[in-house]
Amino acid sequence: MTGSILFMLIIVLGGIAWFFGRVKASRFSADNKKRRAVHSLPNYHGWYVALWTIGPALLFLMIWNTASPALITDAALTSPAAEQLPQDPFARGAILAEARSIASGQQVQAFNPLSQSMVEPYRTAISYYRTLGMVAALLLVFACGAFGWLRLKPELRARTKIERATMVLLLFASLIATITTIGIFVSLIFESARFFSMVSPIDFLFGTEWNPKAVAGPRGETGFGAIPLFWGTVFIGAIIAMIVAIPLGLMSAIYLTQYAPPNFRAWMKPILEVLAGVPTVVYGYFAALTVAPALRDFAVSIGISGASSESALAAGVVMGIMIIPFVSSMADDSIAAVPSAMRDGSLAMGATKSETIKKVLIPAALPGVVGGVLLAVSRAIGETMIVVMAAGLAANMTANPFSSVTTVTTQIVKLLTGDQEFDSPKTLAAFALGLVLFIVTLLLNLIALRVVKKYREAYE
Amino acid sequence: MNSSATFVEERNPTDWQSRAMQQRIRKRYAAERRFKALGISAIILSAGFLAFLMIVMVGNGLRGFTQTELPVEIDFPAMTGGASADQFKGANGPANLRTLGVQDIVNTSVQIQYGEEGSELFSAGGWQTVNQEILKNPQIVETKTTLYLPVESEIDVAFKGSGSETAEDMVAELKDQLSTGFNWNFLTNSDATDPMQVGIWGALKGSLITMFITLLIAFPIGVLSALYLEEYAPKNRFTDLIEVSINNLAAVPSIIFGLLGLAVFLNLFGLPRSAALVGGLTLALMTMPVIVISGRNAVKAVPPSIREAALGIGASQMQVVFHHVLPLALPGILTGTIIGMARALGETAPLLMIGMRAFIATPPGGIVEPATVLPVQIFLWSDEVNRGFVEKTSAAIIVLLLFLLTMNALAIYLRNRFETRW
Amino acid sequence: MTTRNVDVFYGEKQAIKDVSIDVTMDNVTAFIGPSGCGKSTFLRCLNRMNDTIPIARVTGDITLEGEDIYAPKMDVVQLRARVGMVFQKPNPFPKSIYDNIAYGPRIHGLASSKDELDNIVETSLQRAGLWGEVQDRLQDSGTALSGGQQQRLCIARAIAVDPEVILMDEPCSALDPIATAKIEELIHELRGKYAIVIVTHNMQQAARVSQRTAFFHLGTLVEYGVTSDIFTNPTEEKTRDYITGRYG
Repeated sequence: MTGSILFMLIIVLGGIAWFFGRVKASRFSADNKKRRAVHSLPNYHGWYVALWTIGPALLFLMIWNTASPALITDAALTSPAAEQLPQDPFARGAILAEARSIASGQQVQAFNPLSQSMVEPYRTAISYYRTLGMVAALLLVFACGAFGWLRLKPELRARTKIERATMVLLLFASLIATITTIGIFVSLIFESARFFSMVSPIDFLFGTEWNPKAVAGPRGETGFGAIPLFWGTVFIGAIIAMIVAIPLGLMSAIYLTQYAPPNFRAWMKPILEVLAGVPTVVYGYFAALTVAPALRDFAVSIGISGASSESALAAGVVMGIMIIPFVSSMADDSIAAVPSAMRDGSLAMGATKSETIKKVLIPAALPGVVGGVLLAVSRAIGETMIVVMAAGLAANMTANPFSSVTTVTTQIVKLLTGDQEFDSPKTLAAFALGLVLFIVTLLLNLIALRVVKKYREAYE
Repeated sequence: MNSSATFVEERNPTDWQSRAMQQRIRKRYAAERRFKALGISAIILSAGFLAFLMIVMVGNGLRGFTQTELPVEIDFPAMTGGASADQFKGANGPANLRTLGVQDIVNTSVQIQYGEEGSELFSAGGWQTVNQEILKNPQIVETKTTLYLPVESEIDVAFKGSGSETAEDMVAELKDQLSTGFNWNFLTNSDATDPMQVGIWGALKGSLITMFITLLIAFPIGVLSALYLEEYAPKNRFTDLIEVSINNLAAVPSIIFGLLGLAVFLNLFGLPRSAALVGGLTLALMTMPVIVISGRNAVKAVPPSIREAALGIGASQMQVVFHHVLPLALPGILTGTIIGMARALGETAPLLMIGMRAFIATPPGGIVEPATVLPVQIFLWSDEVNRGFVEKTSAAIIVLLLFLLTMNALAIYLRNRFETRW
Repeated sequence: MTTRNVDVFYGEKQAIKDVSIDVTMDNVTAFIGPSGCGKSTFLRCLNRMNDTIPIARVTGDITLEGEDIYAPKMDVVQLRARVGMVFQKPNPFPKSIYDNIAYGPRIHGLASSKDELDNIVETSLQRAGLWGEVQDRLQDSGTALSGGQQQRLCIARAIAVDPEVILMDEPCSALDPIATAKIEELIHELRGKYAIVIVTHNMQQAARVSQRTAFFHLGTLVEYGVTSDIFTNPTEEKTRDYITGRYG
């Protein structure tokens, strides 16, 4: 990888620049009897030169790397071999992409003979632009490094300048989160828009038949009705999982905070938290290997028809158990936030502990608990591995917990793990499903956080 | 107010000793006991489930670390026509070994000992064990030796527990000769089609490389963001936007990050599919908010008196932050980082999106080579029909859980050891 | 209510040393003393609210009408119904005014019908002098009342279970003077119907509302007697010093 070698080289040169800058600056303070005349310590001068050395060069490389692919393609297209390429932009793009990945060594063999003919022009263009970029970057290193070095003076405010640069770095770092959020949003919207240009949003959001086909059927139906997926997601994540997680989580939290001796609490709390730390793939495997067959046998033994070895119940129960510590810690926080005066008030009236909990603490903590449950639901519906491994792929609209249902996340995984081309509606549908999932979880989180915040304010 | 007492009718005092009241109180206490019992049973149920899960995984998984073997007597001098031990010493050993035709030697030996159908008793890749034995101890090629080779998967399953009928019969037949040995291959090999030959080293190495990239990106960005938001950020809409994005990212389903990775890193930037680089980048975006949030709490916990003390002797804001606040907050930040990394290590769904579910039979050599990670390997094996994979999947889960447990223990240790109460 | 040789420990630390006091039914008894002298701790022993603190330990005899309230067979739930408590900060439940008052009668099963419950709520509010102010908005939240009203609501809530003793732990310290005056007036009204024990750091208040006063200092009972005697002619020097404002 010449790219990483170049990068290393620039960093090493930066280190050397740091050293020279420092040496020059130490001489200032040695020359100067009055140390006050030197504004900054030699270290800062070193950093100043180093920054000049590597900063512009790295910036240039970043821009170069984003701009050069287009230039390389242009250069390659001027070669005589390019004349044989088909005019259809779609086929053309595929061939070019293949040729490029062969030329850069990611792929060994071409499927399309036309691609093979383009490999050579690509290879020449790539090496030409790569060399050009390297030379320019190294020139920048030396020119800017020398510039920085020459500017070193006793009165140079190197520290202030370094601090300003650090500040920019800090700001940039904290922007990454925002950029990521925007990135998620834009990429989902962009791909979904392409999907909705092929399939009507109405059909997608309100259709009841999920059976994705790459090509539309005889009556124009495409099988992209997502209602069964939404139902499956809600059935597993918001109904079955919550039926398991809310009572168990809430009661665990109540017992641990109100009844348990401190020693028991100190041991039990981390043990329950382990439940949240177990990877979801482990839960999924457990659900598929142990829970699902047991539930199916049980259903068969009591005579329920339609019992499948991939059942909504297995996935939902296991997911509920995964969520227990989540619900429990939210309930714990909300109950702890109820002023103890309230509890004392009730106990002083002669209420028993359980009466105090049921009639005073829980009603008072309810908004916090509800907020916690909403967060738990948002986590449950976004959970992937358990449902992929245990819930199945059949898009059933059934309320029978022993039968198989499918969820949004399961279908995203299924649609994207085949080897379809990227523009097929089947692949793009995954992004549309992702968009729905993203918006729903976002709304749930915003509402939950608002509820919890309101509740906190009520007791402050 | 004075007048109020006049129209209050007097109530008879409550007779607490009356039978009705006593009965009522007994009922209330019974309700109290029931409620308490409900609480403890919720805990027992939750903890019991955890215990059950662990027992199932360990029970299945421990068998994955062993293999069933049959002895094979190999008459090397006769078969090789007198190869000398020196040939297989040093750097040229492996190359010379390839020309020796060990596979055929093993096959012939097996057929001599177990008859024409004998080869079917053994794992197809079993002869590689002989290879390793020769490289370890070249002297054996000059003698007639008995080596223990892994049996075919179905027999292995049948010997360890219960297998198919035919396999059970074979086990009954060979009972005296079958023995159990430690399955070193499981720790050193990569994915394979034969459950007797699979190993987790390839996936583990993929996980380590991916985690390294995640740490390299998420840690500095997370720490710098935390410092900016706590120490510098002005209170305005822009800062609010950053905060909202971080809190929101922390709650976005992981699969959405996979979609982002697919759309941006693979399709837009054209990075290679299945590579640890892309996996690391995707997981870094997911881990970063966790580090920022825990980092902010750690920075917030540093008392203002320390900042004031440093500012008082003429340190610049930046010096205060990097000389005093950051070192003091570091244990807290590291704890959060380890927890975030542990979560990333167990993550599967986003990596499926970026294609890290390929069949990877050789450990990845770099960040752009096709790789897989431990949780994805578990997922892939869990899909296999061959029963031999059940114990391998559980064994891989044990390894993954051990890693996670170690990381969490480390985080707890760090928290207890270095956390200062101000 | 009688206490004999009561000691209270918080873990290793002794908070109350050897306190013996008789609380008589027709008097208002005031506990005074400097902050941290143990008067609130002692008060909380009288209806076993100290049970909620795991490390607290009480020895000695505390009896209510001859029954040892720390005896194993004593039912703490009943005890607290008989010995009500009003806290320093008003702590209405985040429920309606009606439900706040009805809470006690409901859990103890004191009313067999809706009418009876309504009646209890009305009487209690009347006794607490709050009826006139809230009768039109019984369904409003208890937390929406003013501080003084909230405290009277808490007193009404205590009255609603018809206790024999009402313990008040600095009931006016979070209130303004006007609200304080109303509470003091209320205490006057209630005297004779319930034995009232009030903890206060305000000596004038003790002098105004109580008939008997106990002075606590560093966990011990220094002096206990008729209020007018304590304030005009204390026998102990420490009491005189405190009352004349030398410390506290």
